[in-house]
Amino acid sequence: MTDISKDAIAPPRSFLSQDAIQVFYRLLAALLICAVLAVLSDSFLSLGNILNVLRQASLTFFIASGLTLVVLTAGLDLSVGANVALSACIAGTVIHKTGSPALGILTGLACGGIVGLLNGVMVTALRIPSFIATYGMLWVLNGLTYWYMAGETLHGFPAGFRQIGSGYLFGLPIPVYLLLVFLGIGTLFAQRTIWGQEIYAIGANPVAARLSGIPVARRLLLVYAVSGTMAGLASIIFLSRLNSAEADIGESLTLPAIAAVLIGGTSLFGGVGTVFGTFIGALILTLVLNGMNLLSVSANWQPLVTGIIVILAVWLDMKTRRRAQ
Amino acid sequence: MREAAVVSQSNPLQRIPGVAVVLVLLIAVFGAIAPGFLSVANLSNVLVQSTILTMLALPMTLIIMTEGLDLSMGAVLTLTSLCVAIVSLATHSMLLGLGAGLLVGAAFGTVNGWLVAILGIPPFVATLGTLGMAQGLSLIVSDGQSVVGIPHSVRDIYSATLLGIPVPIVMALVTYAAFHGLLYHTRFGTYIFALGGNREALRYAGLSPNRLLIAVYAIGGAMAGIAGLLMTARMNSGHPTAGLGLEFDAIAAVAVGGTSFERGNGWLLGTVLGVVSVGVLRNGLNLISMPSSVQVASVGVLVIVALFLDGLRSRA
Repeated sequence: MTDISKDAIAPPRSFLSQDAIQVFYRLLAALLICAVLAVLSDSFLSLGNILNVLRQASLTFFIASGLTLVVLTAGLDLSVGANVALSACIAGTVIHKTGSPALGILTGLACGGIVGLLNGVMVTALRIPSFIATYGMLWVLNGLTYWYMAGETLHGFPAGFRQIGSGYLFGLPIPVYLLLVFLGIGTLFAQRTIWGQEIYAIGANPVAARLSGIPVARRLLLVYAVSGTMAGLASIIFLSRLNSAEADIGESLTLPAIAAVLIGGTSLFGGVGTVFGTFIGALILTLVLNGMNLLSVSANWQPLVTGIIVILAVWLDMKTRRRAQ
Repeated sequence: MREAAVVSQSNPLQRIPGVAVVLVLLIAVFGAIAPGFLSVANLSNVLVQSTILTMLALPMTLIIMTEGLDLSMGAVLTLTSLCVAIVSLATHSMLLGLGAGLLVGAAFGTVNGWLVAILGIPPFVATLGTLGMAQGLSLIVSDGQSVVGIPHSVRDIYSATLLGIPVPIVMALVTYAAFHGLLYHTRFGTYIFALGGNREALRYAGLSPNRLLIAVYAIGGAMAGIAGLLMTARMNSGHPTAGLGLEFDAIAAVAVGGTSFERGNGWLLGTVLGVVSVGVLRNGLNLISMPSSVQVASVGVLVIVALFLDGLRSRA
């Protein structure tokens, strides 16, 4: 990973850069998929379905946006799905016990953030490769969640709380507003702050980043904590949308989140990618899965298709990078 | 060639204490607190239950020695287990079932190897993708249902004995002997050490690292096929989530067994001791009525601790 011959300095990032062109291609792909689906299925262009796609995409995006920062540092967080499950179950319990949604939301975010921080400690202080450390964390969290829930399901939350995931404002689902907010914050943070630029620099060349005085360990801790907190946020949306929490809700979330990041053009090798690209990635993935659904393909096919998409996305990324060099 | 292997082996010898200490500690602790743990029946049960994991952990050792990883093994085992069940149900032949499992497993392994070696995709992402694919195919071929009513010839494999030894243990011993011979006594084995330690040297010696790498992953897939037969026999059915997460126990066994994730250095006997350690941990927790969720979490902690110690050693 520590390839000195790579650019020592992250290229300057503005909206009219190479990144913008990459994002443009992906927008075209998303439009193309829309066009195909509109031809194949009558119900695709209905307002209800489009809002549904946006809401689904926003759920994937919340998890994937934090993950994007991790992947920008050439790391990976495989524990996000399990983190969502644990945070949702703990937040749900707090709401049930105290009757206060605000307290539940805070606990969910805190739980996600602490798990992310622990991931960061394993990667920085213990120097365990990130994909192994977070993979171990995945199973620790799974075990904890199943033990904590003991096969129970949490049901029924206050109506106000349920609005977060299933409510509408001016005709748009509330998660879509949250998506816009976090898309804005994420983009500003990554492109326009020093910390964001340092994250790109760490991914492009960790040795150069350290030698130029960037506190690498602290930035990595931040990145993993943000990824965990975003998983915590996603857990709140899930909880409020499903109006229930079970130990197994996270099992099918990690692969789509990774797929969204990779489709969005963020390179697994670090230093290249944008949060906006991840949004488009989440949109493309959701469109594909939604299309399969509309064409009445069994949901059993979803893991297969998502797996193929992950591999295709990495392969395409490597091909374009090789050509650029 | 042989000298290279000997040099590589001298280092693992220093590690014998590591995994052996873990195993002895676990046995001592559970012997003290878990009723019935030290009975012959229970200990042989631990060994029989460890056989499926052994068949995954041995090839996983080779894969990790090449600085690779196979996250798809559990999902591929699930798929091959279903193939064994479906084919043996349709043909009433255990051997045809095994053949189908082997074929599908080896195919997945070859795809993994191809993605890693030829396309150059990082192993953990390539195999994460094939994990999804195998999981999806398992759901598709089984339609999400269990496959039941498989022939006795399959089920009997798990319960039969040969000279008083349970057949699964015989299979595991034969597998170990085969892997030991392959890694330490053939050229191919020496090349595997080189794949992790010094890939350039292989190229200069006129060998194709890519083809070797594909072979290593293909072996992993094929072994998942054989383990799939055992899984189907053990459950007396095929189930679309039977083996999910088993790759994690396999990685845990390899990590605890002292194979390094970064230096192309592997130790097969350590892996076997690691498998037994994981088996003892799960069985002991089970005996003191800890739910399986706690077992999963404790294996996760075991891996993180083992990797942390591995990191300490590599810096020392």
